Amino acid sequence: MPEVVLETRDLVKYFPLTRGIVFKTKFGDVQAVDGINLQLYRGETLGVVGESGCGKSTLARLLVGLEKPTRGSIVVRGRDHAKLSGEEMRRARRNIQLVMQDPYTSLNPRMTVGDIVAEPYQIHPEVAPKGEVRKRVHELLELVGLNPDHINRYPHQFSGGQRQRIGIARALALKPEIILCDEPVSALDVSIQAQVMNLLEELQNELGLSYIFIAHDLSVVRHIADRVAVMYLGKIVEIGKDTEIYDHPTHPYTQALLSAVPVPDPTLRGHRDQIVLQGDVPSPDNPPSGCRFRTRCWKAQEICSTTEPPLQPSQKSAHPSACHFAEERDVIHATQ
Amino acid sequence: MSVSHATARLSPSLAGADPTAPLLAVEDLRVEFRTRAGVAKAINGVSFEVNSRETLAILGESGCGKSVTAQAIMGILDTPPGFITGGQIRYRGVDLLKRTHEERRQIRANKIAMIFQDALSALNPVFTVGFQLTELFRKHRGMSRTDGKKRAIELLDLVRIPAARKRVNDFPHQFSGGMRQRVMIAIALALDPELLIADEPTTALDVTVQAQIMNLLADLQRERHMGMILITHDMGVVADVADRINVMYAGRIVERAPVFDIYAKPSHPYTKALLESIPRVDLKGQQLNVIKGLPPSLISIPRGCAFNPRCRYAQDVCKQDPPPPLSQVQPQISSACHFWKEVRGDA
Repeated sequence: MPEVVLETRDLVKYFPLTRGIVFKTKFGDVQAVDGINLQLYRGETLGVVGESGCGKSTLARLLVGLEKPTRGSIVVRGRDHAKLSGEEMRRARRNIQLVMQDPYTSLNPRMTVGDIVAEPYQIHPEVAPKGEVRKRVHELLELVGLNPDHINRYPHQFSGGQRQRIGIARALALKPEIILCDEPVSALDVSIQAQVMNLLEELQNELGLSYIFIAHDLSVVRHIADRVAVMYLGKIVEIGKDTEIYDHPTHPYTQALLSAVPVPDPTLRGHRDQIVLQGDVPSPDNPPSGCRFRTRCWKAQEICSTTEPPLQPSQKSAHPSACHFAEERDVIHATQ
Repeated sequence: MSVSHATARLSPSLAGADPTAPLLAVEDLRVEFRTRAGVAKAINGVSFEVNSRETLAILGESGCGKSVTAQAIMGILDTPPGFITGGQIRYRGVDLLKRTHEERRQIRANKIAMIFQDALSALNPVFTVGFQLTELFRKHRGMSRTDGKKRAIELLDLVRIPAARKRVNDFPHQFSGGMRQRVMIAIALALDPELLIADEPTTALDVTVQAQIMNLLADLQRERHMGMILITHDMGVVADVADRINVMYAGRIVERAPVFDIYAKPSHPYTKALLESIPRVDLKGQQLNVIKGLPPSLISIPRGCAFNPRCRYAQDVCKQDPPPPLSQVQPQISSACHFWKEVRGDA
């Protein structure tokens, strides 16, 4: 078994809902992330999929330390990041870096590419001596496939795909072990998507990085991930190896999600097992009792509203699946 | 409950319209944007036809001119900087570009309607959705507020918005993304158009909601015998709903074919490369095929075939003007490539 580089234990993030200006009273919580347990192994890519509002981005922000968890712990190298603060937190952050979704807004338009990629060294001066920074930036730009001669250009002089490469170079500057990619290719055109995904895979092989790859595009995740976690309303409903999730999904939500993905093959039109879910994701400030998916689930019974199904393997599911009636259903045509 | 058809198609008929002519025919359309940086040639001679009950997909990456085509058809191009410099857009044989502003306003919504990618910015945030729907009936049909509101509720029902009677008084921000898209579809269908242009209708939505909306659009199209132009970059969505596909690159149609042929045997290197860059199950763990380089700037489109700097089939002839014309290579299949035989593997 490879080494665990990151582990979360019962990770919870609630955002309080308050009323009033002078006398603030709390009247509820947005339960954005509610009890996430996951492990990330060295050198692997863990894909996290789910619809908007399911808590994937909050999870990312918790893991890089941009939000403090309400409860639970994030253990990296044996240290609980949730309990660190100040100087220790600053140093711990070096190890987990973030690649953001929108390459148009995540780069400061007034800074040159050289300054953007060198900024991590200003915040963490102990990583590289001042005289070496410029050389490092050159190396990083070359590593992500950009021309180092363009070091003095501004972000607007680059295309979307190139900007995402700048974001990746910045994330790599501090030599982290873990990179969190929050929808890294969803703002890019198909042909450019492929370039960026290839780059991410090359970097992983070269530098032994571990990725947490958050995306809503299931075919992109399938291509890059070794294991996949499916999230719904702040909880993981199913987790397993990519083949387990895509070829043998046992949770109804995963099945619906997979079957809804349009397939680039017109000959399968009308021959696919398409499950069209009714309605929208319920609001996370007042999630349904018991199983959170029951309001949109065609299998829901009495027990689903009273008892929350645990995320564990069962007789009919070899990998952990949080459903009382977990059962394999062939929606594979949705992804082939 | 659905809007009954007899009452619905009472839109004023268009003078000179020939009911036997194609629903919409675009011929040699040219659009340019005159900017400070130079003249961007967004559309360089695009021709196609759409008929009733047919779904034509326009497929391409950002900047290929697919949305500008839609704007030109609707007559909502930003002028300046955008100018239509040539060509015809014929609705049932009538050239829309020769009509007055008022006539075109009548044609919009009555004959040709459009839905946009981002419903939140397409709807007016300070009016209720009921008001925005009723407004159409009042302006175009001279209905009273009460009658208009009744029709508005019927329409919200038609696009399957639950509790339509109550929701009609809600503002756009009170709807979820998918529901908002349904409201926009309701507004587009209000005056029973014959042609619906859908510009990336599901790009901003989650996959489960995307499936709902695409199914709804397909049902409505079948019920109302509409023609549809679907503009998208998503090869998956296209495979599910389109009858025919136009692939656009740098303001030109580079391939046109029925949906099955395109996916089975593309005839243009760009289409082929696009299909190969989609992540696929059987290629997991391998490098994805990428199209090297970037789409060209519309201000300086490469000489000859615009795709030649990125093309693996390119030869010297591809760098020479004029660019290869879109010509028929098989019945119903056209390609704008000198080497279509090699691309198809027919050579």
